[in-house]
Amino acid sequence: MSSIYLDHNATTALDQRVLESMLPWMQNQSGNPTSRHIFGRSARDAVEHARAQVAEACGAYASQVIFTASGTEANNFAVKGIAANQVGSQVLYSAIEHPCISRPAKALQQVGWLSSEIGVDANGVLNIAQLQQALETTTSVVSVMLANNETGVIQNMTEIAEISRKAGAFIHTDAVQGLGKIPVHFTDLNVHAMTISSHKIHGPQGAAALILDKRVDIQPLLHGGGQERGLRSGTENVAAIVGFGMACELAVANLADFNRHTQMLRDAFEHGLKLLNVTVFSGSARRIPNTSFFALEGIEGETLVTALDRKGFAVASGSACSSDSTEPSHVLLAMGIAPDLARGAVRVSFGAHNTLLQVTDFLTTLKNEILRLKQLTSIAA
Amino acid sequence: MSASIEMQVLKGSEHDLHPIYLDYSATTPVDPRVAAKMIPYITEHFGNPASRSHPYGWTAEKAVENAREEVAKLVNADPREIVWTSGATESNNLAIKGAANFYSAKGKHIITVTTEHKAVIDTVRELERQGFEATYLDPEPSGLLDLDKFKAAIRPDTVLASIMLVNNEIGVIQDITAIGNICRENGIIFHVDAAQATGKVHIDLEKLPVDLMSFSAHKTYGPKGVGALYVRRKPRIRIEAQMHGGGHERGMRSGTLATHQIVGMGEAFRIAREEMDEENIRIRRLRDKLLNGLQNIEEVYVNGDLEQRIPHNLNISFNYVEGESLIMAVKGIAVSSGSACTSASLEPSYVLRALGRSDELAHSSIRFSIGRFTTDEDVDYTISLMKGKIDKLRELSPLWEMFKDGVDLSKVEWAAH
Repeated sequence: MSSIYLDHNATTALDQRVLESMLPWMQNQSGNPTSRHIFGRSARDAVEHARAQVAEACGAYASQVIFTASGTEANNFAVKGIAANQVGSQVLYSAIEHPCISRPAKALQQVGWLSSEIGVDANGVLNIAQLQQALETTTSVVSVMLANNETGVIQNMTEIAEISRKAGAFIHTDAVQGLGKIPVHFTDLNVHAMTISSHKIHGPQGAAALILDKRVDIQPLLHGGGQERGLRSGTENVAAIVGFGMACELAVANLADFNRHTQMLRDAFEHGLKLLNVTVFSGSARRIPNTSFFALEGIEGETLVTALDRKGFAVASGSACSSDSTEPSHVLLAMGIAPDLARGAVRVSFGAHNTLLQVTDFLTTLKNEILRLKQLTSIAA
Repeated sequence: MSASIEMQVLKGSEHDLHPIYLDYSATTPVDPRVAAKMIPYITEHFGNPASRSHPYGWTAEKAVENAREEVAKLVNADPREIVWTSGATESNNLAIKGAANFYSAKGKHIITVTTEHKAVIDTVRELERQGFEATYLDPEPSGLLDLDKFKAAIRPDTVLASIMLVNNEIGVIQDITAIGNICRENGIIFHVDAAQATGKVHIDLEKLPVDLMSFSAHKTYGPKGVGALYVRRKPRIRIEAQMHGGGHERGMRSGTLATHQIVGMGEAFRIAREEMDEENIRIRRLRDKLLNGLQNIEEVYVNGDLEQRIPHNLNISFNYVEGESLIMAVKGIAVSSGSACTSASLEPSYVLRALGRSDELAHSSIRFSIGRFTTDEDVDYTISLMKGKIDKLRELSPLWEMFKDGVDLSKVEWAAH
């Protein structure tokens, strides 16, 4: 496959060093971490080493790290698990959350909870006044993502956490898109719970974590053998967890370089976009440095993405999870973007291995494809 | 037995540091063919299978679908009936909570067995907290479920039964066909935990009256962190999703799929399908050899039925030996006492207690589980190790001395200290 990968917010390639850390656990006779013999104990040691690496990378204590199989699981766990041990009240979440927050939050309505969305402004930044107003009703859980997967917008989490705490609510943040791209420090963010995931930071798919303040009373999502302090049963995915630990260590070590490099690529890219008369979303907001989300009126994002793919550039039209559907991005609609323009949205997300040459090549291709598609649409019209 | 093996045992041997692995029921090593197939999917083909817009995603999706077919083939199901999960624990949770909640209008009573895996028992307990009622049936001393007792437990509001195919500790095989037929007659959804069964017994879901079945990869030479749930299409069984999000797996289970792990599970199940019959013959021979060797020791008891049992498992209690010191003494082999998932606690195995074994016998039990890479030498070594260590431990045991002197220990009244 020779295409240029510009879809790092969907998933990332495994780092060679991560692979090397995993291989012994994939290839050799490795035990079940719960077993007490040497095979089990060495698997346990590996899991605990990874737990320390993960904790170190996100400013948490090892004892606050609960491994799960995916970010989706960690988010479901946070919302449902915290709510399950609270007397039915209200759950609040931003209008730009991933469905794995909004859907379990909405599902709480079936058991008598209030469940409300907090809106964002035209840039995709959370409406703090609306949050404050909503918190006047007794609220148990607030969940706001640290960085948005589509626009890349970074929320002011410390402020959101402070307001939520003052109102007596537990505050959770989905930091999946933040880790490895901006400094993520659990204690400083002042949240009760935080989701991070491995495959977005050049780690393997199949490992993620909920970082949890131990004072939070939470109900497990999975019951059974009592692994992860009884909070997440199921045999630990040792190889993936080991890879996640290594990926965390590397992500933090590479953070400054990543920031500088992808920021430079995006600046160059968005500078080029200006000449193409496209709309860049959230351009004036604080964003993670690698993400650019833009649209062209009159050209379907899906069409453009497919055309770009034929030319060897892998980009996304919305979040991968919902790219089955042709609905316009719920994030853009929440920002008040007209549905017609939103349908044209294309997301480019750079990684550490992309080069400036790839950006200029991509811009050339993009320009040509836009021209070609415009001609086609004008003929059709 | 060869002299060299005897020497090894006497020396305390290299196996104290590199024990022989006889704990295949806790987890299996990844088959090298499986690992080889997985690696390209974490390196060059790393796409997100839900990415529909570029070949990185398509390649991953195709691999996921091929693996789904392999999993379906091993159990003679339709690939569309296979839902990926992160492991058997999640499959069991999804099946039991998912079906119980979806069909709760029909009734709120669940039947299961006391020897089920914790992932089933604890899930049912959780449903009890949410207002369901449950009956936990004790099996017969053989470990098998009495069908009449099962029938008697059925109530008009029984909505779900969950009974495992192969027990993780004692390896006994339940009569799933008979139990399933009773469920069908009574309109009960039937879930089967088959985590310990794949690659060991034939499973034909076209014929078996089973509605939901849980699978694990890492018990069948695949990777940890991936499993599957079979959800019958005809007649169609519905479950309530336990994890919401991007709507993966037709809405039944959201979350990005770990492509390389799924690929690994597919390859592991393909190998199981193709090699199971031959492998079982070889493993049965090794198990019988181990059994014959250990049965020469006095006062040993096999736990669970020997006929209705997978050939891979031997669970034996060594009477008049203290459980903890037994485990300490047999460092040359990696085995477990009780299931791996509960071996962090010193409580005697709840499975053996459910069979009516005394605490002492349950404590002094060892589960030997044999697998693909076990050799004749491993078995020879194990037999001689066990013989030597049991003799030594019994030399130190006052109970053994009393037993040898003909004292009936069950009638002794112990003075409290």
